[in-house]
Amino acid sequence: MAIFKQAKHFWTYIVLSLVIFGVIQFMITGQMLNLFYVNTLIFIAINIILAVSLHLIIGITGQFSIGHAGFLAVGAYASGIITMKLELPFAAALLIGGLVAALAGFIIGFPSLRLRGDYLAIATLGFGEIVRIVFLNLDYVGGASGMQVNHLTTWPWVFGCILIAILVIVNFTNSTHGRACISIREDETAADAMGINTTYYKVAAFVIGAFFAGIAGGLYAHNFYIIQPSNFGFLKSFDILIFVVLGGLGSLSGSVIAAVLLTVVSTFLQDYPETRMIIYSIVLIVVMLYRPQGLMGTKEITSIFSKGKRSKGGAKDGNKQTVA
Amino acid sequence: METNKPLLKVDNIGIRFGGLRAVSDVNIELFPGEMAGLIGPNGAGKTTFFNMLTGVYVPTEGQILLNGKKLNNLPPYKITRNGISRTFQNIRLFGELSVIDNVKVAYHSQAKHTLFSSILRLPGHFSGEKEMEEKATEFLKIFNLDRFKDEKAKNLPYGQQRRLEIARALAANPKLLLLDEPAAGMNPHETKELMNLIAFIREQFNLTVLLIEHDMPLVMGVCERIYVLDHGQLIAEGTPSEIKNNPKVIEAYLGEEVS
Ligand SMILES: Nc1ncnc2c1ncn2[C@@H]1O[C@H](COP(=O)(O)OP(=O)(O)OP(=O)(O)O)[C@@H](O)[C@H]1O
Ligand SMILES: [Mg+2]
Repeated sequence: MAIFKQAKHFWTYIVLSLVIFGVIQFMITGQMLNLFYVNTLIFIAINIILAVSLHLIIGITGQFSIGHAGFLAVGAYASGIITMKLELPFAAALLIGGLVAALAGFIIGFPSLRLRGDYLAIATLGFGEIVRIVFLNLDYVGGASGMQVNHLTTWPWVFGCILIAILVIVNFTNSTHGRACISIREDETAADAMGINTTYYKVAAFVIGAFFAGIAGGLYAHNFYIIQPSNFGFLKSFDILIFVVLGGLGSLSGSVIAAVLLTVVSTFLQDYPETRMIIYSIVLIVVMLYRPQGLMGTKEITSIFSKGKRSKGGAKDGNKQTVA
Repeated sequence: METNKPLLKVDNIGIRFGGLRAVSDVNIELFPGEMAGLIGPNGAGKTTFFNMLTGVYVPTEGQILLNGKKLNNLPPYKITRNGISRTFQNIRLFGELSVIDNVKVAYHSQAKHTLFSSILRLPGHFSGEKEMEEKATEFLKIFNLDRFKDEKAKNLPYGQQRRLEIARALAANPKLLLLDEPAAGMNPHETKELMNLIAFIREQFNLTVLLIEHDMPLVMGVCERIYVLDHGQLIAEGTPSEIKNNPKVIEAYLGEEVS
């Protein structure tokens, strides 16, 4: 019964998202959206993937990673090499970009996540910078002047990737494996004492997060005609971090909403970078003053919609286990 | 239920923090089904001893054997899976998780579905989660906590949080249950209820229990054997009546009330 209910919710969301997809696709093919809007849309979508992938690491597992742009860069360059140098199809490039980023995540994550404390923050900060400097000095990918990449990223591609990323992360979170991660966030000592292999779950969450950041990198690279190391600096990592914190640590929908809002804001302020930073900062200060738990706290948007109709014994509808 | 083979054998165990010898030369044997008490003045090293048994601290001397298997140097989660589970003196629940999810976390290592099956929502995921839900509800029912099952753990009243910690520890499927001042902060009525409950689960689950408690009459009432720690050393062990009349114990507690 409970399973059936959950499945029903699942299909509601799938249908809903396909409708959104269809409407936007229709508007694009009907040329109702000009190139600027399409580009913004794709940019929003990529940022959503980045936000939910970091949400899994910070919001769910409580591991402070501050070099997420490093994985974006690894995915971007790896996928660029696949399409441009090896001339393989885009799908392969996205997948390999994700896998290479996941491997990088494992190499960074395993040694630093075995220990407790701020090692991960330091390691990821260093990683983000090292990656950027390596690409800067690598002639094979064009060094500082960047690497030529074909424009292949389209709305169906980004939409498909968002859907997969969210599905995987939601399915992970709403299972015993996700609860294991949340228990680490809540109290690592107690999680350990209850038999949770904390290293395994911290690394698993980190690697999955890195994987999707790598996929986002592939989409990002093929959305422009050129990628440069300067696209992946610390400020980019900081932007992604803000989505997660502003949205509310532990809320997936919160991080999505924050990604959408902030991308829109910064797109319209693109020509005024100083103003952008000021408005950004003001928004952040206001939110932290009035909602220090972030826009959504730890709640999910789905729980707001279905609160009213929760039946007496039916606390097991899909929404109940959402994070918290 | 008593056999000749100890479930837990602690051999000359000790730990230093820098210059401080928090615990030294402690020898304890616990037999299956036994309910033992560990008492001692504040700072005696009782919690530190629990932390060594559960792998939070690695002892600098001695060894810990559970059913003959050496446990020191194992990470805490493996020690738990070998059959030692505990509660904490300062409650350590997963505050943002619901009451039932707290219990499910402890049952996790007995879950049968893999990460892969959960991500792909394979049939194994659903049957595995269903089993967890049922098991966790059973544990909550024993502690009469099932009515709170969807509350966040941090929103429970204090006494119920203490009970939830025991329910959670039980869900980890221990042979040896370590309780660190489980009745702290409870009123006499709640305490009595709790002690009955502990006796009940000990029977029901064939547990061996080691209990830290400050309330002397209470320990004397429920434990068959008592160990006394003072300044990190075991100064006495015996039946409640032996302990009550032991001059060393009386001296250790001088200044504190002994009843
Ligand atoms: N991580 C640590 N680092 C340094 N000293 C420690 C550490 N843990 C415990 N100690 C010290 O070890 C001694 C024993 O502490 P412990 O908490 O085990 O006492 P206790 O018997 O549980 O006391 P209480 O009845 O107050 O809970 C204390 O002096 C304490 O300060
Ligand atoms: Mg103590």
